[in-house]
Amino acid sequence: MNATNVQTGPKVLKESKNKIRVEFERTSKWTRFKIKYLSWSFVGRVVYKLFRLILLLGISYVILLPFFSKISSSFMAREDFVDVTVKLIPKNPTLDTYKAIIQENGYLTALFNTFVLSFGCALLQTLICSAVGYGFAKYKFKGAKLLFAFVIFTMVVPHKTLQLSLFMKFRYFDIYGLFNLLGGGLIPNLRVINFTSINLNNSFWPLFLLSLGGLGFKNGLYILVMRQFFRGVPDELEESAYIDGSGVIRTFFQIILPLSVPMMITIFLFSFSWQWTDNFYTEVFFTTTGPTLMPDIIKVPKQLDTNYAAQNLYVAAIRNTCGLLIIAPLVVIYLFCQRYLVQGIERSGIIG
Amino acid sequence: MNNASTVKKAPPKQRRKIVSLDKKKARAGWIFVMPFVLGFLIIYLPVIIDSIRYSFNEIKILPGGGYELHFVGFENYQKALFEDPSYVRTLTSGIRQLVFDIPAIVIFSLFMAVLLNQNMFGRAAFRAIFFVPVILSTGLIDQIDRSNVLLSYMGDTSSGIDTGTGRDTVTEIVSVADFSRLFRNMQVGTELLEYVTGYVNQIYNIINRSGVQMLVFLAGLQSISPAIYESCSIDGATAWETFWKITFPMISPLILANTIYTVIDSFTSESNQVMTYIAGVYNEAGGQVVSTAMAWMYFLLVLAIIGVVVAVLSAYVFYQKRDL
Repeated sequence: MNATNVQTGPKVLKESKNKIRVEFERTSKWTRFKIKYLSWSFVGRVVYKLFRLILLLGISYVILLPFFSKISSSFMAREDFVDVTVKLIPKNPTLDTYKAIIQENGYLTALFNTFVLSFGCALLQTLICSAVGYGFAKYKFKGAKLLFAFVIFTMVVPHKTLQLSLFMKFRYFDIYGLFNLLGGGLIPNLRVINFTSINLNNSFWPLFLLSLGGLGFKNGLYILVMRQFFRGVPDELEESAYIDGSGVIRTFFQIILPLSVPMMITIFLFSFSWQWTDNFYTEVFFTTTGPTLMPDIIKVPKQLDTNYAAQNLYVAAIRNTCGLLIIAPLVVIYLFCQRYLVQGIERSGIIG
Repeated sequence: MNNASTVKKAPPKQRRKIVSLDKKKARAGWIFVMPFVLGFLIIYLPVIIDSIRYSFNEIKILPGGGYELHFVGFENYQKALFEDPSYVRTLTSGIRQLVFDIPAIVIFSLFMAVLLNQNMFGRAAFRAIFFVPVILSTGLIDQIDRSNVLLSYMGDTSSGIDTGTGRDTVTEIVSVADFSRLFRNMQVGTELLEYVTGYVNQIYNIINRSGVQMLVFLAGLQSISPAIYESCSIDGATAWETFWKITFPMISPLILANTIYTVIDSFTSESNQVMTYIAGVYNEAGGQVVSTAMAWMYFLLVLAIIGVVVAVLSAYVFYQKRDL
């Protein structure tokens, strides 16, 4: 722009042997200010930044508002739903909804059961998917490509397609007719064990077994992500471990796993929270007689009288409160883990 | 016992089999992928085969345990296609929805990832907020929200309480009318106009479904070498040019990957209308096998869509490293 008055080189003023003061002829403050702030490019930058901030704030608002309105409506008393003047802040704040759900719907039991289930599944899935991803990333063996195609296949087939067969598989659990054979299903005299199949439904076994096989919810995605991550780990690390006499398994546990902790936390977070709010598998494997899990607490407690003017809204608010109670532990975990989420994914170097 | 003689005898030379490093590594590879192999063989493969088998059979669950199958050929498929009143209609509208959703989600997530990748005040907070739906708005919560939408349509809206779905809130900020006026002035076709305004209205839905894609794009953006950007800015390229000449080609493999992921994710998600319909059929009496047949047909269709998407997009994808 108008940077016409360029300085004419520094003036050197010698004060003593060791001290030199240099004086520059600087452009005046006003000119500098003008060049820096009164130009179109600066205006453009500011406008862009403002626009960006407003956009991000707006979208954050859209994301967070449902949670805020759910939280506020969960504290509302029945009367507030008929009152037109009540918008976000309840007039008669009450904890009745929470109390009723916790007391009547068996929230604490569900919390404990779901925690055991989700924690077990997430732990298994994280470990198994890391190992499988590592195998695919670092070793070349015959059939690796075909196997990886199978991994993608498990990702692509919608679980709804398998709903019936998954139910049947674990209702009459059997490994290629082995139990049937040993239990005398085929030959009546051969009864090594006294059952022909095991009913695994209504227990945690179906989900644990699926997790053990790397077949749980979105496990294909985890394997893919872990594979991409391990591809970015330099081979020299393992080679130096091998030279030092460490075996393959030991290298994996002592060298590779410690450096993939952020990535594993990411996977753990995903699988834990997706299992926590899962409604497909719980619907398939658990009937009403099974252990109380999170989906079971979404109902209107009897002690809350919903037969009232704005019944629909009140019921919706109660259901939302159930939802809030379900995600409350997840929020706590997310607050602690979210930095790993971004970090882990950033380090994975998923490209190509 | 003649111990002495045995001691004197040299022990038989243990011939260690010499295994090449490649073979050793191959073996180690098998060890690591073994859980998946076993799971696939013991659980997944039978389940898949059973599922295909069920779709050709009629099922009767016996009261004493066990079940009976009667082979009926393509009857279930015929039932689904010709007898069921709304399967075909749901399927076509579902597929159309899917085709329109994909670009919206991919473009939105790329745009947001580029924004979140820039240096600015409060970036970490924004990132944390943007990934909230990935963790918190899935499965059950999604289910509750969907019944909420129904309620907000049925219930009296005059009472003014937001049931917390987020959809009404957007229409409060920007009304469709404003947007249509804006776009009409820009002289673009009405189809595009309706497309954009339609998605602006369901921005909450789009945000909910683009969390993972955003993460993947962010990771990709981070992995582009800053040296390229530096040399670009030295050569005097503007931000706009840099985006189209550098960022876009570098990230194009991820656009392909994310497109595929979006297809898979949205067609396997519970909120998908076809999935909801199939689930409804599943709960009808004797509907399990028909719903399985429906799901398989749907799966094949979506597989075909993925094939088309890959074929079209891979022509434009730029790979920096050919050897990968």
